[in-house]
Amino acid sequence: MERNQQLRRQLASMRQSLFDQGHLDEQFILLEELQDDANPNFVEEVVTLHYRDSARLITTIERALEKSPLDFNKLDGYMHQFKGSSTSIGAKKVKAESTQFREYCEAGNGEGCLKTFQLLKRDYATLRRKLEAYFQVLLCMG
Amino acid sequence: MATVAECSKELHVLAVDDSYVDRKLIERLLQISSCKVTAVESGTRALQYLGLDGEQSNVGFDALKVNLIITDYTMPGMTGYELLKKIKESSVFREVPVVIMSSEDVLTQIDSCLEEGAEEYIVKPVKLSDVKRLKDHIMRGEPQANGKSGLLKRKLIDDIQASSVPLSFSSSVACDLESSQLPSSLSSPNCPFKRPKLL
Repeated sequence: MERNQQLRRQLASMRQSLFDQGHLDEQFILLEELQDDANPNFVEEVVTLHYRDSARLITTIERALEKSPLDFNKLDGYMHQFKGSSTSIGAKKVKAESTQFREYCEAGNGEGCLKTFQLLKRDYATLRRKLEAYFQVLLCMG
Repeated sequence: MATVAECSKELHVLAVDDSYVDRKLIERLLQISSCKVTAVESGTRALQYLGLDGEQSNVGFDALKVNLIITDYTMPGMTGYELLKKIKESSVFREVPVVIMSSEDVLTQIDSCLEEGAEEYIVKPVKLSDVKRLKDHIMRGEPQANGKSGLLKRKLIDDIQASSVPLSFSSSVACDLESSQLPSSLSSPNCPFKRPKLL
């Protein structure tokens, strides 16, 4: 009983910090609201699908950024998809970085794209790590 | 002629989106709203399902009962706009309302979709309230008002452009408008929309 209470507190604190640190926005809460007893793992399932979408796109974008000259149209297209997926799960920071990246694409600013992409990858990895830890605790609660 | 929506309690929706995440999301939203959902990943697959792909395949019985098609705009291969056009060209499916979803709120894009006969244009992420509103709209048999609501949205867009205030076109803007504000008579042959009038 006490362990469950501890886990519950830990979970609440992990969740809150994701919002406080600007990693997640209200879209995540909307996803949580779509969960019910018949679909208890909906959020985790959606987030897992997001990893599938986004991991593939990150690799694709990385490859595209190695080309010379840069194809800004293609880069913009990939980032549009990445942004969409991030928006749908409420990934606030990476969504903002995607927007920034697309603005650099429009301006034909290769260096801006590269810099922003590094930031995006870092924040994506952080969010992924934190969410995976969060879902693990959730799982422990049964 | 009663619409299928009026005859059956459950709406059958064909959802088209290339993103795994968005497909799952729209499926869940529609499920919660008590709709039957068929979700496909591309415009090509959607046309195949509807039997509009030019192959000799017969359209499935289920596909004939589709009451609403909701599609993403930006997709590889065939865009939602191109899919919309193909549906509106079909004698079997042209009366089925088509809703476009997009993360972009670009007025010219919205405008061209509405002109081509889209029922509505929803900016992503799609919310439960969007789906519920859409469902009510369809269940009330409002496809009969297709021309009117399209014209009203067009007017709204013209007003926005006239005021030249950059506006983030929120999905709630056009759709909160009361039917009492609709122009009373739109039977004029000068109606700019290519949508055929429903009987």
